Amino acid sequence: MRLTKAKRHEITEGDMTPMIDMTFQLIAFFMVLINFSDVEQDQRVNLPASELAKPPDTAYDEPLTVQMTADETILFGGDEIDIDQLRGRLRTEATLLRAYKDNRLKDATVVIRADLRSRTGRVQEIIEACQEAGFDTFALRGRQSDVPTLTSE
Amino acid sequence: MKIRHTDHRDRIDVPMTPMIDIVFQLLVFFIMSFKIVLPEGDFNIRMPLPANDAPAAPSELPVFNLRMTAGEGGGLEQLSMDSRVFEGEDRFAKLHSYIRGLIDDSGGPGTAEDQEVEINADYDLHYDYVMRAITALSGYLENGQRHQLIEKIRLTPPTESE
Repeated sequence: MRLTKAKRHEITEGDMTPMIDMTFQLIAFFMVLINFSDVEQDQRVNLPASELAKPPDTAYDEPLTVQMTADETILFGGDEIDIDQLRGRLRTEATLLRAYKDNRLKDATVVIRADLRSRTGRVQEIIEACQEAGFDTFALRGRQSDVPTLTSE
Repeated sequence: MKIRHTDHRDRIDVPMTPMIDIVFQLLVFFIMSFKIVLPEGDFNIRMPLPANDAPAAPSELPVFNLRMTAGEGGGLEQLSMDSRVFEGEDRFAKLHSYIRGLIDDSGGPGTAEDQEVEINADYDLHYDYVMRAITALSGYLENGQRHQLIEKIRLTPPTESE
């Protein structure tokens, strides 16, 4: 009697565990570092460096970010506007903040992110527009630098 | 007679493919939306609009006036405080030393909290120079600690239009 040998097909399975481990690690890494605040940190703005520029200890209560690029385009709330439009937008913001029972206008901070090559006069115009709308607290934003910025130009 | 104890426990195969698919989709999403953001910091200044009808608040200390004139292409031509002119590559460092000498913070930080500086910069001057001036005036780092020099810094209104 002839016995037929049963042919055993073995499925070769690679060990997927290390790959899945690494993939989850990568996802966790990117999730922690991801920054969705695109509107408030436009990449076109190259901030001036300063060794004293430190992030605020506590988050601002009512932050408003006004940005200006090197070609002096003003960015506010994701829109490219000119100084007259900015005045109107700031007045609207001030009216809305005043409408709160506790008048949040006095807690508002205008964060100014201006490019290092923009003209100072244009930054002053932004500050003046904010003052006219009733804002009086400003944060001039700079890029943190580990090297001293005073000894060279 | 030889009895073989073959183990016939069924192995439950969890389908991994959908999970790996989703995980890779997530990974691609995060990689695509990732961007490197350099650390940023602020200089806080308080500049209320001066009231026209109200008299200026009397100050015990004279206000330092920092004058910054613009040269060709928005470069800094002259940096002077009151009558003293700072020159050279390290003029901001000289300004800083001068301010530290004036304020004499040997008594500890906070000794100049009432001192006020007004920066009068030309319209066309690059903003970078104003930030350097604010850095020179507002404080210094020593042993990793930040020491405050002048807190009240304000910019004059724009004087020159396009």
